[in-house]
Amino acid sequence: MTNPNNISLNISHALEFIDGHALNIPTLKILSEDGEILDGATAPELDKDTALRIYSTMRFIRLLDERMQAAQRQGRISFYMQCLGEEAAITASAAALKQEDMIMAQYREQAALHYRGFSLEQFMNQLFSNEKDLGKGRQMPVHYGSNELHYLTISSPLGTQIPQATGYAYGQKLKHIDAQSGELSSEIDNVTICYFGEGAASEGDFHAGLNMAAVHKAPVLFFARNNGYAISTPADEQFKGDGIASRGVGYGIKTIRVDGADTLAVYAATQKAREIAVTTGEPVLIESIAYRLGAHSTSDDPSGYRTKDEEAEFKSNCPVARFKAWLLKQGWLNEEEDEAQKDKIREEILAALKVAEKVQKPALEELVSDVYDTPIPALQKQYEELKEHIKQHPDAYPITAGRVK
Amino acid sequence: MAKMNMLHAINSALDITMAEHPQACIFGEDVGYFGGVFRATSGLQEKYGKHRVFNTPLTEQGILGFANGLAAFGAPALAEIQFADYIFPAFDQIVNESAKFRYRSGNEFNVGNLTIRTPYGGGIAGGLYHSQSPEAYFAHTPGLKLVVPRNPYQAKGLLRACIKDDNPVIFFEPKRLYRASTGEVPEGDYTIEIGKAEVVKEGKDVTVLAWGAQMEIIEQAAAKAEEAGISCEVIDLRSILPWDVETIAKSVTKTGRLVISHEAPITNGFGAEIAATIQKECFLHLESPIERVCGLDTPYPLALEKEYVPDALKVFAAIKKSVEF
Repeated sequence: MTNPNNISLNISHALEFIDGHALNIPTLKILSEDGEILDGATAPELDKDTALRIYSTMRFIRLLDERMQAAQRQGRISFYMQCLGEEAAITASAAALKQEDMIMAQYREQAALHYRGFSLEQFMNQLFSNEKDLGKGRQMPVHYGSNELHYLTISSPLGTQIPQATGYAYGQKLKHIDAQSGELSSEIDNVTICYFGEGAASEGDFHAGLNMAAVHKAPVLFFARNNGYAISTPADEQFKGDGIASRGVGYGIKTIRVDGADTLAVYAATQKAREIAVTTGEPVLIESIAYRLGAHSTSDDPSGYRTKDEEAEFKSNCPVARFKAWLLKQGWLNEEEDEAQKDKIREEILAALKVAEKVQKPALEELVSDVYDTPIPALQKQYEELKEHIKQHPDAYPITAGRVK
Repeated sequence: MAKMNMLHAINSALDITMAEHPQACIFGEDVGYFGGVFRATSGLQEKYGKHRVFNTPLTEQGILGFANGLAAFGAPALAEIQFADYIFPAFDQIVNESAKFRYRSGNEFNVGNLTIRTPYGGGIAGGLYHSQSPEAYFAHTPGLKLVVPRNPYQAKGLLRACIKDDNPVIFFEPKRLYRASTGEVPEGDYTIEIGKAEVVKEGKDVTVLAWGAQMEIIEQAAAKAEEAGISCEVIDLRSILPWDVETIAKSVTKTGRLVISHEAPITNGFGAEIAATIQKECFLHLESPIERVCGLDTPYPLALEKEYVPDALKVFAAIKKSVEF
């Protein structure tokens, strides 16, 4: 029977409570640590070009992260965040999407952006806040964004992109809804993927976003990166119950959990999730179980809250190495070429870094542009006063003084 | 022209918007079939369908998060927060997200299509949590625009301007006037420029300034003052952000005196910003200190509302004090 509470009542006479851990959601795994397809598993259809692009993206990001982490230590940039340990989860999920699908990320998903075509030079311009940065030098390093690549600019407040993804996806769906019936009249062209960590899932925005997506049927793929730590807070101090996936089930959202270090499992799950979203218009939740191998950010030191043994254990389960082993077995990759490529990329990164750090900072005008579509009168006045002040004291403002007209 | 109350005028502005843009959406708590607790959206779901006019779950941060995403996509997002008292769960989505979308992305993305409508203010025996005027919190946030109408004609023209404006706007609706204020309103489309104050009545002795529902109060006070032989220039600010410094300064330069009145608590209310700016702009023309007649620095009360509110008598007293200084 049903009632206005939208619940099918299943009457019982036994006084029984359901345990918070009663759900025991399985984890999709396709590829063994040695790069073999596991017995009973079915590999997704993945052509050679896509597979190699996924791999080269993971490898590029690993090399970029390594170099820029060092650059931060040298004091050349102020901050950095690595993707280390989650390269497969991010890259394979991005690869399963269409180029025009929207990506709303948290802050650690640079691999998805690179997969879309964000160039080495573009990464560097943002990291050095120079005048070529698309974000015009307003946010900390790693807050990338690109309209052309359908990658929403990162916002530091945690989880805010989650209900936004629901709204954006709802917009993507609108033109496919029949005005009379209010039902989906055709397959949806594009969907939105929303990445967030298991820590962000504690924010009110998580509840708001998932609940609204479920109720209003927005074609959004919620991709929870459960990597074990929210800065220093381990997952068992973050939430109870069966992971983030069990929450998806609670909201009435189709949910799957995947091994986040398994490129093929993530690719297969995301591909299927996208298919569900475009045909039904409904959201899907994917929980990726991985391990954040690096520090939360360059301002963090994991040695204070986890052991070397724990890190070593997860280091041995390297997502990049696992996928590489499969590619080698496929005969799509060979060691010599791979090594040569690595050296070449390292050189390119170093060269790009040296160029980007010499590009000048944004012009003074960028302080006041984009607050509104055009500066409001009060702001225009403040800008004129600031310019006059700088003209009178050029030595105190060396970055902009020479360029103020 | 047709005789409308403020709710009809707002409904008309929304109706024009919905007809104009096939992806415009109206959403909020109870705004669907029911038309919202004040019925501002009555009849729109029947006309435009459940997929474009819909009830949301009870989540203000969800409404604004959703609205930011929908507006970023490019669809006009017409979000309603049922009472301005309940806008605070959405504070982060408004001040950290809506307001900074364009700036933080270097104009790669924006939510210029976002309009937030919310009933504000007292006078309906709503007590603490149905009477607040939170405009000053948002006036401290670059990237937002804030608009408050005083009657049906203003409501429709200003709301249409907010919707067409390429920036996120909060439109505070004086709920006390929803049905109490009626007037002639064009049935077709028109807009009133955002950022411009209106001189409602010219005068020479003192400038009296307010916005929204408080306009009715200062007009009553000005009428009392006229009887006492004091000529008041009455101005409706209309837009709180950006606000029209030029019109106010011009008036105060002429009259030499300024009385500002708003419902929100006086400390750090928007009247403080006006007083600071006008004393700088008009220092040598001022004949008396700028007076503020505002709410007390207490939460909005229920039983002693009459004592709390900046009523016409209090405004009249301030006008006299200013003139007799």
